[in-house]
Amino acid sequence: MINLASRDIFDSLGKFVFTGMGLGLLIGVTLSMAGIYRGMVDDAKVLIQNGGADLWVVQQDTLGPYAEPSSVRDDLYRSIAGIPGVAEVGNVTYLTMQISHRGKDTRVMLVGFEPGQPGEPGYLIAGRPITRSHYEAVADVKSGLRVGERIRVRRHEYTVVGLTRRMVSSNGDPMLFIPLKDAQETQFLKDNEALLNERDRTAANPAFNRPGVPGLLEAVQASQSTSHFVNAILVRLSPGADENWVAEEIRRWKHLQAYTKSQMEEILVAKLIATASKQILMFLIILAIVSAAIVAFIIYTMTMNKIREIAVLKLIGAKNRTIAAMIMQQALSLGLIGFLVGKMAATLWAPVFPKYVLLLTEDAVRGLFIVLVICVIASTVAIRAALRIDPATAIGG
Amino acid sequence: MSETGIRIEGLRKRYGEGDTAVDALKHVDMYVNPGEVVGLIGPSGSGKTTLLKCLGAVIEPTAGKMDLGGTTIFDTVWKIPDLRELRRDSIGFVFQSPYLIPFLDVTDNVALLPMLAGVPNARARARALELLTALDVAHRAKARISELSGGEQQRVSIARALANHPPVILADEPTAPLDSERALTVIRILNEMAVQYKTAIIVVTHDEKIIPTFKRIYHIRDGKTYEEAGEGRDV
Repeated sequence: MINLASRDIFDSLGKFVFTGMGLGLLIGVTLSMAGIYRGMVDDAKVLIQNGGADLWVVQQDTLGPYAEPSSVRDDLYRSIAGIPGVAEVGNVTYLTMQISHRGKDTRVMLVGFEPGQPGEPGYLIAGRPITRSHYEAVADVKSGLRVGERIRVRRHEYTVVGLTRRMVSSNGDPMLFIPLKDAQETQFLKDNEALLNERDRTAANPAFNRPGVPGLLEAVQASQSTSHFVNAILVRLSPGADENWVAEEIRRWKHLQAYTKSQMEEILVAKLIATASKQILMFLIILAIVSAAIVAFIIYTMTMNKIREIAVLKLIGAKNRTIAAMIMQQALSLGLIGFLVGKMAATLWAPVFPKYVLLLTEDAVRGLFIVLVICVIASTVAIRAALRIDPATAIGG
Repeated sequence: MSETGIRIEGLRKRYGEGDTAVDALKHVDMYVNPGEVVGLIGPSGSGKTTLLKCLGAVIEPTAGKMDLGGTTIFDTVWKIPDLRELRRDSIGFVFQSPYLIPFLDVTDNVALLPMLAGVPNARARARALELLTALDVAHRAKARISELSGGEQQRVSIARALANHPPVILADEPTAPLDSERALTVIRILNEMAVQYKTAIIVVTHDEKIIPTFKRIYHIRDGKTYEEAGEGRDV
């Protein structure tokens, strides 16, 4: 028996392929949306992984450095280092800010860290690690910065000495690593005018400028212009140490919040990007519905353009299943072409997206299955219409 | 091949019910012998198409009896369980417009019928080629339908109607879009095929050019048929 669907497709191949390509671009957008979600989750996991920490110690009753503001004293690391099972401890600061770079504004997450301690960039792809105490930076390659470039962060200039990869915030902003002290200054210190203003105010306050108490005013003013806070303390545990036990010790005795790796992952994936992922899910649902409607419309139109042929086929004895198979095979072919075009389009344009787009094979397989199911469902509208065509219409009258 | 091509007795068809009922066919008696081509002539609204639809087993008559190829297919009710199969195997259709399947080539348009009946593709195509040769269009066997002239398309549609060697062919205004020469050629082909394949053919027509070619003519008026002898002019 002749395959009527393939004959019809090859008879008007150009039209069919162009229609499939149009559908494919829509499927490409759908696959990209799924890729954006996967990219967000993967970014979060890589961020946790590359930090090299087993525990995140943050301000009590907060969700930690990525999800909520947290501020802890920078000397607390000493007492945490004394807890059994703790191997290394590092202070870190996080600040999302805008920097000017080659005449363009770039949004980055400024990370202050102590070289050699948890919190430093996981690996470098170019340049060298930070070796000086001040004014050197390591940037994520997505920032567009190059080794040797100089950038201004607030009142100081930094030299980019190394590049890293896959170190982005939950918003997709590339990270810029600088020495902790510089980061603290950037994050907590005020500008010169504000400092002068604050000093004047303090000096005018009789409580801090008492006659007969020499050194009090200077001490208060000094405390106002230095910062001893960080956003989190990252803890690396000794091999075999129980992370839950250590975390509980910190919570109980240090009055701080401590999150394990899995808890931090839960915060990043389930809480921080939950709204974004719901947004993407909504897009995916809408795109699936639109795709289904488009396939249904195309197949319905293609079928209705063949009313006379279908009536003749029915008149000369073609079975309903022959006609239904023809329509369904066309819908599936359209879906298949659409999927292939969509997959290629998504693969081609994924690197151009500002955020990481992770196209997983399992998502592609799932996508193909959904596309084919949508095509089958969408073709039922056309099949029903085709089966309602009266063979008598071929005779006319 | 049976002795009876088409035999219709007291066929009636009523559309609607009650006050709005319309009797499209009131009393139709006719017969067509195997190898014979008869004309069915009548003004618009006389019931020609309704009769063709009844004979083509696409609408159910209200009463009467129909035999096709020696088999009673209708006697107050359908006597054949699968009308689609009946149409496929026992009735050939030729339309005013050829209504060929545009996405199949000439051979496959003809071979489709035997294929639908379960004949293997190679045999179905061989049969199609045989018919196309008989109809003098074998040289267009691989052509697309859109590449054929009107006359060639009509020949292909006749080949398709004959593809399953049905005892009956129903031709609805088959010469309407053709000029005199081509119209007479189509009628000549139908006559030749009727004789060659012992097929009973009814040609519904208004075409003054071809009416004189029929040996027997059925006039249909107000849902009733009247038989008369035709001129039987040689084509």
